[in-house]
Amino acid sequence: MSQQPISASVPSKTADTQVTQPGGHGAGMNGQQSTETPSKPTATLWELFIEFLIIGAVSFGGGIIAYEKILLTEKKRWLNDDEFMASLAISQTMPGLNSVNLAVLAGDRLHGMLGSICAVIGLILPGACFVMVVGLAYLAGKDQTVANLVLAGVGAGATGLLAAITAKIGVRQFTNLKPLMILITTFILMSLVNLSLPYVLLIMAPIAIFLYRPKSQKGEPKP
Amino acid sequence: MTVLIHLALTFGMLSLLAVGGGTAVLHEMQEVLQARYHITPEMFVHVYSVGQLAPGPNMTMVLIFGYQIMGAMGALITGIAFFLPSSILCFAIGRLWNRIGDTPWRRAVQNALEPISIGLMCSGVYAVARAALSGPLSVGLAVVTFGIILRTRINPVYVILIAGGVGAGFKALGYH
Repeated sequence: MSQQPISASVPSKTADTQVTQPGGHGAGMNGQQSTETPSKPTATLWELFIEFLIIGAVSFGGGIIAYEKILLTEKKRWLNDDEFMASLAISQTMPGLNSVNLAVLAGDRLHGMLGSICAVIGLILPGACFVMVVGLAYLAGKDQTVANLVLAGVGAGATGLLAAITAKIGVRQFTNLKPLMILITTFILMSLVNLSLPYVLLIMAPIAIFLYRPKSQKGEPKP
Repeated sequence: MTVLIHLALTFGMLSLLAVGGGTAVLHEMQEVLQARYHITPEMFVHVYSVGQLAPGPNMTMVLIFGYQIMGAMGALITGIAFFLPSSILCFAIGRLWNRIGDTPWRRAVQNALEPISIGLMCSGVYAVARAALSGPLSVGLAVVTFGIILRTRINPVYVILIAGGVGAGFKALGYH
């Protein structure tokens, strides 16, 4: 049974030393941030809101996690790589959208609960305005044949996109027997047996967690 | 008023069930919207497609359903109900995390949830495909899009828009 690689939890303490380099790239935004105070990076609420608003506005076609990584670890250096990977792991384990969860965690780390709120609202706001404008136009002109003609093709394209993303994300799950069996069973219960989602999770989660339970919990080797 | 509460409960529950991201609840969302609010699979796919063209997190399209069901107030409530509960949970767990740290069990839970969430995404594909694919033309467009996005690094928005144009062109000429 193949073990999946465990990493991203190495507690390397290199974060505190890397602030000392004078004026890294991208320091021309609003020049605070002198070379003192190597402790914890700070961000104003406004800064958090604006930076996540930019991501929310430019990330057409997905890939938000990549934008967030660039913002958090390169553009602003608000998190180091270890902190980013740890936050990403939590974002992926918890329900909800990964990109939104990541904004929650980054915002909290930088500015507490208000930081989370500002980051999430910034991230969601542009897309929300977009869908409201386009969606209202759609609802108003539902009977127009032109819109329906275009949307038929767009719907087919979106189906292909969703399938491709599923294939990309699930490559490890599709190519190993154990996850593949869990995956297929989940699909059958949901789509063919037509159970509702809470029941599917109630059935599948305990089984899957049992199958993936940690092996040899005891720390010391037996004599 | 009761409709708003129902909306909030429905999308709040979907929020907490969305393991691995919003696409995991697509199938459930479509069934619930059809059963309770008479939103047809065709409209569901149209709104979903609009959502894919939008920037930012790919589930902001829930606002359109909220608006369709209950106007501006419905959109607001739906948005809050879909994004707030999972965010609060993540916030709380994130803080707890800093105290407990990584454990083998967290890794086990994540490994276990991954295949489940991919299985649910497959159900999402199935639900969307059932409504969006109505003939050889749409199947062809979906397959071509699938191949292009899998093989290249082109921005999916362009591919989807081109699919829309091609689909409209063919349909206008009478092909299906």
